[in-house]
Amino acid sequence: MKSRRQFIKISSLSTAGLIFGGGLLESFANSLVKDNKSYFKGPYDFTRTPTYCEVCFWKCAGWVYKDENGRIKKIIGNDLDPNCNGRFCPRGTGGVGMYYDEDRLKTPLIRKEIDGNQTYVEASWDEAFEFIATKMKQIKKEHGPESTALFTHGSGGKYFGKLLKAFGSNNIAAPSYAQCRGPREVAFISTFGQGINSPENTDIRDTKCLVLIGSHLGENMHNGQVQEMSDAIDKGANIITVDPRFSTVAGKSKHWLPIKPATDNALLLAWMNVIINEGLYDKEYVEKYTFGFDQLKDHIQRYTPEWAYGVTTIKPQQIRETAREMANAAPAVIVHPGRHVTWYGDDTQRLRAVAILNALLGSWGRRGGFYNPEKAEVPHYKLPAFPKPKKNWRDAMDGKYNLADLALASGVCDASIPGPDMDYAIKAWIVNGTNLINTLPDQKKTIQAIQELDLIAVVDTMPMEITGYADVVLPECTYLERYDALRISQGREPSIALRMPAVDPLYNTKPAYWMARELAKKLDLLDYFPFENIEEEIDWELKQVGTSLEEMQRVGVKKLEREFDDLYFADGEDVEFNTNTGKIELYSTALEEEGFDPMPVYTPHPEPEEGFYRLIYGRAPMHTFSRTANNPNLTDLMDENTCWVNPKVAKEWDLSSGQYVYLENQDGVISEFPIKVRVTERIRFDSIYMVHGFGHADKRMKRCFGKGVSDTQLITNVMTDPIMGGTGMRGNFVTFRTDIKKSEV
Amino acid sequence: MRYAMAIDTKKCVGCSDCVVACQTENDVPIGYCRDWVVEVMDGTYPQLEMELRSERCNHCENSPCVRCCPTGASHYSEGGTVLVTKNECIGCSACITSCPYDARFVHPEGYVDKCTFCLHRVKKGMQPACVAVCPTKCMYFGDLDDPRSEVSQILKKRKYKTLIPEAGTKPHLYFLI
Repeated sequence: MKSRRQFIKISSLSTAGLIFGGGLLESFANSLVKDNKSYFKGPYDFTRTPTYCEVCFWKCAGWVYKDENGRIKKIIGNDLDPNCNGRFCPRGTGGVGMYYDEDRLKTPLIRKEIDGNQTYVEASWDEAFEFIATKMKQIKKEHGPESTALFTHGSGGKYFGKLLKAFGSNNIAAPSYAQCRGPREVAFISTFGQGINSPENTDIRDTKCLVLIGSHLGENMHNGQVQEMSDAIDKGANIITVDPRFSTVAGKSKHWLPIKPATDNALLLAWMNVIINEGLYDKEYVEKYTFGFDQLKDHIQRYTPEWAYGVTTIKPQQIRETAREMANAAPAVIVHPGRHVTWYGDDTQRLRAVAILNALLGSWGRRGGFYNPEKAEVPHYKLPAFPKPKKNWRDAMDGKYNLADLALASGVCDASIPGPDMDYAIKAWIVNGTNLINTLPDQKKTIQAIQELDLIAVVDTMPMEITGYADVVLPECTYLERYDALRISQGREPSIALRMPAVDPLYNTKPAYWMARELAKKLDLLDYFPFENIEEEIDWELKQVGTSLEEMQRVGVKKLEREFDDLYFADGEDVEFNTNTGKIELYSTALEEEGFDPMPVYTPHPEPEEGFYRLIYGRAPMHTFSRTANNPNLTDLMDENTCWVNPKVAKEWDLSSGQYVYLENQDGVISEFPIKVRVTERIRFDSIYMVHGFGHADKRMKRCFGKGVSDTQLITNVMTDPIMGGTGMRGNFVTFRTDIKKSEV
Repeated sequence: MRYAMAIDTKKCVGCSDCVVACQTENDVPIGYCRDWVVEVMDGTYPQLEMELRSERCNHCENSPCVRCCPTGASHYSEGGTVLVTKNECIGCSACITSCPYDARFVHPEGYVDKCTFCLHRVKKGMQPACVAVCPTKCMYFGDLDDPRSEVSQILKKRKYKTLIPEAGTKPHLYFLI
């Protein structure tokens, strides 16, 4: 049966997009250098132009250097930037590859049916905008403006978000919440009245003991944190790593606890048991700042190290020893909250346990624990009020997930599939900078939702899988070719950073700000985009904080003075926490009100059947999700993922390193491509591991097509967190299909 | 003056930033590299040890590559760095065979290429690109003959090893262990 939206794997009909390829590039770049009329463009004869990186969410500020021909040569960190301290990570250094990738989207495309076949036809920008605006107006008339949604993971989300709010919808979701850090935020808000946010307020550089639970710093190159971890190692800090896999940081740890996957809560509760029963907690801190200690003390009595041994396979002596190690270092200890924490569906409770442990150790608000971050206050130009949406995605959730403080991408997806009991469904998606096919678990459901839509417009720099489902594809220029809103990130010192174009956009690509504004014109919403160019808006904002675009073009980053609290609590300081009780809630009144366990409990999770292994996934330092999969510089470092297999398992299946196998999951889903086996002692015998973001199925991305396996494709069992709707993705089990040869799939 | 580099294996996370920074700094074509990362595992689950290290030309004091080069393209330069003069190199690859560290490759343009310790940067008072970029600050560069240099200081403080010392090449890359 032909679906309404066939995934279009072929390239578009015309070849006009190729004219700037190959040898012409250089002369094209040369002409850019001469043609520079706008004051706001900044002088292109700058030896360097400021930017902040868009390869990941850390947004390090740096300098783009060009060669004598005006071509981008390299990107180097800005010494003034607190996020990177002048040192970019491999992805930021390799960011040049995003610009030079010849497989980039080059011109707007519109889906058309020609002779019974669906294909993309090249369109002018005006045609593309007209198509989108017409559909949006129609949807507004038939279903109301609330039936539109934005998925975003990138700088462009700001402008499309503004467009959507002006249009009358607040369905604005980033997969970085419900598919990543959401449970952490809800857990820390319900404990300390404050989330963790980004970059994390972990005071790693001064810590004496860093506890990592499934967090693989160094493989996840969260730049500032990796730098500080290295400083902490230099200063003799001890690291305790809890991971079923011998991660890079496990190799640098004093203790590696190879925990049985899905049992972390048991270990955390047993640690609390030791810390409380041995009197190792910070008594003054607990007395002064926390609520519910007595209830907690009663609650954890049953979670002894001996009990936890049977659950986690970690020996009682090791549990005690590591708990004492933490207490010895306290308050300069960090039980790290991690970042991607949507694992088993009870993730908010696991992160609550992490938060409670930190509270017992007195590390929140203390040097070497968690500092009080501050963010610069930059005024925004006053816009007319946004219309108030009458409905949003929450109306399709049946009263669930009230504690979610941001929109759930998975919730918006669910709200796009009409059901018999729903009087509301989302009809249009704008997708910016997030490859939902490889981001949301349960691909079948994502594709089902897409088939139900009246409109899906995708804005991206690369022909990611999601673009193959779009009605309209809008090619965005890369971050090296555009201005964007100021980077305003939290940290020890508030800072702002500027991104400006180092060169003009290649091909027929455009910045998201311009696209959103052109769409606003067609939707009669131009009042919300008073500045014709984003650089005028940035200049206005910068002048409110005593600087200017001209100054920022020269310095790139500006640190501002702290206005509020000190970095740490003073001795005996009275602190009011933003919770119901005004205290750090060991016993959560907010969770109790919503009908959830006020203190974390251990819940056993399903285990793999005979012959199946738990699928664990993670990051490699040279890639960001699937975003970098086709980047020429970064694929040169790593061009496929591998399947880590314990030697015992390999022997049972007669597998050897270098061999390619297909994987099949518990629901009979077979991987689209085979994956290379890596036999290694670095993984438990009940699990396999792979790096996320590979196994791309879109042939338009020539370098990464068919390389490795997509973990997302095999994640069909989603364990949803009842508290905030996070999508737990680690309850999937795979087996090896050595019988399948490539041609059979 | 003797330039040398020390690499702290306790801090290196094997991210390969040094590799890509070298490529963009020195216009090394994609598919080739002047530096690379090695992972060495020891033990069986769960008693494991891992060493990560960023490797490159050892700029040996007793360099087999310089000795065997028929044209003199491979030579010692400032601070004992071993360099290749592009237009004197005939691409015979004798040096590649003689190098115990596998640090050299034939550039697609036909000459042999390798790490230069970023001498063009060092001459301007900057650090080699790999050292400057490393997020873990695990690399130290400087003059062994200057007791105040970072590299001399760290070698005084820490235990270290060199690679394949039995080859007798007197390498200038030190690995802190």
